Amino acid sequence: MDEKYTEKVKDHFFNPRNVGEISDADGVGTVGNPTCGDVMTIYLKVKNEIITDIKFKTYGCAAAIATSSITTEIVKGMNIQEAKKLTRDNVAEELGGLPTLKLHCSNLAADALKEAIKDYENKKKE
Amino acid sequence: MKKVYMDYGATTPVDPEVITAMNPYFFEIYGNPSSTHSYGVDAADDIEQSRLKVASLINAKPEEIIFTSGGTEADNLAIKGIAALHENKKNTKGPHIITTEIEHAAVLETCKYLEKTGFDIAYLPVDKYGLIKTEDLKNTISKNTFLLSIIYANNEIGTIQEIEEIGKITESNGILFHTDAVQAVGKIPVDVNKSRIDLLSLSSHKIYGPKGVGGLFVKKGIKIKPLFHGGGHEQGKRSSTLNTPGIIGLGKACELGKKRLVTDSKKMIKQRDTLIKNILGIEESYLNGHPNKRLPNNAHFRFSAVEGESLHMMLDNKQIAVATGSACSSKKLKPSHVLLALGLTPEESHGSLRFTLGRQTEDTEISYVSKELPKIVEHLRKMSPLWKK
Repeated sequence: MDEKYTEKVKDHFFNPRNVGEISDADGVGTVGNPTCGDVMTIYLKVKNEIITDIKFKTYGCAAAIATSSITTEIVKGMNIQEAKKLTRDNVAEELGGLPTLKLHCSNLAADALKEAIKDYENKKKE
Repeated sequence: MKKVYMDYGATTPVDPEVITAMNPYFFEIYGNPSSTHSYGVDAADDIEQSRLKVASLINAKPEEIIFTSGGTEADNLAIKGIAALHENKKNTKGPHIITTEIEHAAVLETCKYLEKTGFDIAYLPVDKYGLIKTEDLKNTISKNTFLLSIIYANNEIGTIQEIEEIGKITESNGILFHTDAVQAVGKIPVDVNKSRIDLLSLSSHKIYGPKGVGGLFVKKGIKIKPLFHGGGHEQGKRSSTLNTPGIIGLGKACELGKKRLVTDSKKMIKQRDTLIKNILGIEESYLNGHPNKRLPNNAHFRFSAVEGESLHMMLDNKQIAVATGSACSSKKLKPSHVLLALGLTPEESHGSLRFTLGRQTEDTEISYVSKELPKIVEHLRKMSPLWKK
């Protein structure tokens, strides 16, 4: 049982990719709760069903920040239908694993992404 | 910059003088202090010298000091040892034991355990600075209350209770007064007589002594039931072959602590206040605990919109070691019970950091931390959806 952060988690925590907001985002998703110590927002730009740009803002522990960062890296350039399939487990695997305690509480990036995609699809219907 | 250690509240390095004092007791004076041959007698004599030094630091008599394996054992021995003599109080109208919401786990968990066995425990609340109200204490005492256990100086936020005031109340009500003084001893003057303390826990590794040794002061005449049964060491209060090197180390640490108390605390108060002034320059940063009734070496902050484990890791990356009250760094994933007792929200508690200074802390380290921390807070806030500026 390894309860330490992997080098990949540290890399994404200390050098997070795609931090920021997109003012004219096509989809925005927020999950988490400050009481629990994690809040994430993901911003999407979509063109022809492809995620052309993605940014995030996260309040939380190192795991929360690293999962947000790697999620943006994984799905940038991906088809929306494909991106929807991303799970929390995929994110944790990409990071080389997460401490057991963090698997559930801080691994919310896949959920934030799903919320952002849902927001995009709802806007499209309007 | 070399590594900066600002977690002396967790533990301290062992003073070189302490190591020198301990050295002969591994190879030369290694006899069992209970043995009656010269090997044993020599060790026993030196242990009594050590007992004298420990007693002297808190103005106790040597025979009032029971050596233990540390602060946790001392707390357990004090509370369970007294409770065991009041079994007849179970199922009577309580509270039987009064404690506070901000105790160290060694006291809190012991009280919770006793609660399960049938004792009634009252947990006193604290104000926003971490002080109990003496009126609350007076109003909580019942005719069946036999023990108060209160932390002398809080390990997280550093708030020092009005111990003398509390001692007067317990004495006039005929209840025993135990205090966990693990963080206070050696840092501020502690006088068991003046403060009318009946039982006091102390630990060696918080005062530049070795780990694995501590002591319980039990005022002369107070009966206590032992946790360990065996050879009847320590007046039957704590059986187990005495840890000679550890006890010698604790004694030396207490001697040095007494000698250096004034100079050490003056130096640390100055450094602490510089750190507090510098860090409070950060926008939306706050000091947790009391503005002046606090340990000379403790500075505890919270920062809005950032989380403590992230702060902690970024500081560690800059070679700065501190502690955090954040839930995310605890195994239980719960915010610190002490910070919640102050009335802070879980969100406020998550963004907390504890800096505890020590003898080796240098002014340049205070400057380095004062320069690095604002950058780290800013970096994390830029990433935080809760930071709206």
